Amino acid sequence: MAATVVESEQGSRARSGRHVERFGLAALLVAGALVVLLGARVVTGPVVIVVTALLFATIVSLVVVAVAGGPEARRQLAPYGLLKPGMLWLALFYLAPLFTLLKQSLSTLPSRFAVDAEFDWNFGNYADALTDFGGQFQRGFLYAGVATVLCIVIGYPLAYVIAFRGGRWKNSLLGLVVVPFFTSYLIRTIAWQSLLADSGPIIGWLERFKLTGPMESLRIMDDGRLLDSAAAVIGGLTYNFLPFMILPIYVSLEKVNPALVDAAKDLYSPSTSAFLKIVLPLSLPGVFAGTLLTFIPAAGDFINAEYLGNPNTTMIGNSIQDQFLVQNNTPLAAAMSFVLMAIITVAVLVYTKVLGTEELA
Amino acid sequence: MRVHRTKVARWGLNIYAAFGLIYLFVPIGWIVWFSFNQPKGRFNLVWQEFTLDNWRHPFSNENLTDSFVESVKIAALSTLIATVLGSLIAIALSRYKFKGSAGLNLFLVLPLTTPEIVLGSSLATLFLDADVTRGFTTVVIAHVMFQVSFVALTVRARVRGFDWTLEQAAQDLGASPLRTFWRVTFPLILPGILAAALLSFALSIDDFIITLFNAGSLSTFPLYIYGSFRVQFPPQANVLATVILVASVSLMLIGVVRSSRRDVRAG
Repeated sequence: MAATVVESEQGSRARSGRHVERFGLAALLVAGALVVLLGARVVTGPVVIVVTALLFATIVSLVVVAVAGGPEARRQLAPYGLLKPGMLWLALFYLAPLFTLLKQSLSTLPSRFAVDAEFDWNFGNYADALTDFGGQFQRGFLYAGVATVLCIVIGYPLAYVIAFRGGRWKNSLLGLVVVPFFTSYLIRTIAWQSLLADSGPIIGWLERFKLTGPMESLRIMDDGRLLDSAAAVIGGLTYNFLPFMILPIYVSLEKVNPALVDAAKDLYSPSTSAFLKIVLPLSLPGVFAGTLLTFIPAAGDFINAEYLGNPNTTMIGNSIQDQFLVQNNTPLAAAMSFVLMAIITVAVLVYTKVLGTEELA
Repeated sequence: MRVHRTKVARWGLNIYAAFGLIYLFVPIGWIVWFSFNQPKGRFNLVWQEFTLDNWRHPFSNENLTDSFVESVKIAALSTLIATVLGSLIAIALSRYKFKGSAGLNLFLVLPLTTPEIVLGSSLATLFLDADVTRGFTTVVIAHVMFQVSFVALTVRARVRGFDWTLEQAAQDLGASPLRTFWRVTFPLILPGILAAALLSFALSIDDFIITLFNAGSLSTFPLYIYGSFRVQFPPQANVLATVILVASVSLMLIGVVRSSRRDVRAG
């Protein structure tokens, strides 16, 4: 109760500041929600006019408060104003589509050749998605998982060498890792098709060095072939997403202070345990981010399976693409998309809880 | 003995890493090498003989060229929009402390942790639902959607160490907020914005999955390759891919050289 006049004055100014801030946040969130309602066409008919009017009202009131409230209010409202255009774009074209996807996944096509599905709480799409495409779901996650592990096995040492032994070549080496990003993803995968082909250079090499035997026993090759196999699909996924693993690991390794390793060695720690106890734990956030950046796109990919696999190695991405764009069974494709997203979201949440890293980007 | 063993381990690791780098470059080498191939038939997948013809006539495949031009147009427009929207978000997030920033930050990351096929198919259901014909505009909208988050996060990472008191200084010296932004803040964060724009241009020009779902009858460079791969794969595809590669690597090199020069001057 020993509040002085000065303190209470500051308190009231801070309080009014907090009101302005709360108003800014509320205006942003309400506008976002209204945009989603409009975009997903949750509201129809004359209500659309009301909601649109409300949307304009939130934007206008934000401007009015900023103009009338003086420099302090403007400073408080500035971030919300800056965020608004981009966030509303995301609300309309990222968030609202998730609603229409859900709606579509619960709809029914009136006939085999109809284009417009009717919304009627048809949960049958989900039953079909899980029973008819269970194998594709399993393969999708299995291949993506194996590819992610391979990316760590190949990418971690590479990131380590660049970060700690790159010296003045560090930036150039890192640039080299990014170069594949700048060539077409499709053509890169077509390149693998040509390289792995029966008459291609890689089989030729393996034969010359008498390595086909070991490759067959490792089940990487089958009947003298590399292409059109699960191994080729996983290899393609690993290749295409490897830079996404290397970059975040490199970033986290770069932050490790080499003096820590020197200190451990001065204290007679063998280099392996210095690595295991200092460098590795400090680089785990990078491995965590890299795993997400590799696994998520890999799990939804269909190009590698299409170009490098066979009909028995299709992934869930292939099925979604086929049902949506070839068979025109949008409700079924939407249900599969939704299940894919739900499984990935749950997996990411569990993974985040277990590893407990907040830094994602 | 011990020293010897660690030396072997050291070189072993270096060689292993070198193999990783080679793995990354094998298909790149293939793309460039096969742009000089004279294929028999419609598929440029088996090496025949060396020729410069493809480079002499890079635009001889008209449909391929048209789709390439379409891709460049889409990438330019969507990068422009996304860079403005994303940079504003980045400035808001790094410049100000405000209520709800943590939640909005998380929301920004979400599109990047959603598989492309979900982004593409869900956006397509939005357009289906609203009876919007898919084409150029819908593809630009789709590209801006995934580029915004990307630009925002990249720019935010680049301006993390920015000294915002410089703005205070300018205003203390009597500059208006707008003038402060254009004369002080903007020039300083511009390199970060340009880097983000370059990368998101590359993302757009190469985007396949999201575009496939929202293009309708429009053909972009990746869509043309995909659609025609059943009947042909012309060497001009390799030529154009090599052109994109060389152009973006040179832009990147200019950026690296300029920023290292600046570091030298600053240091």
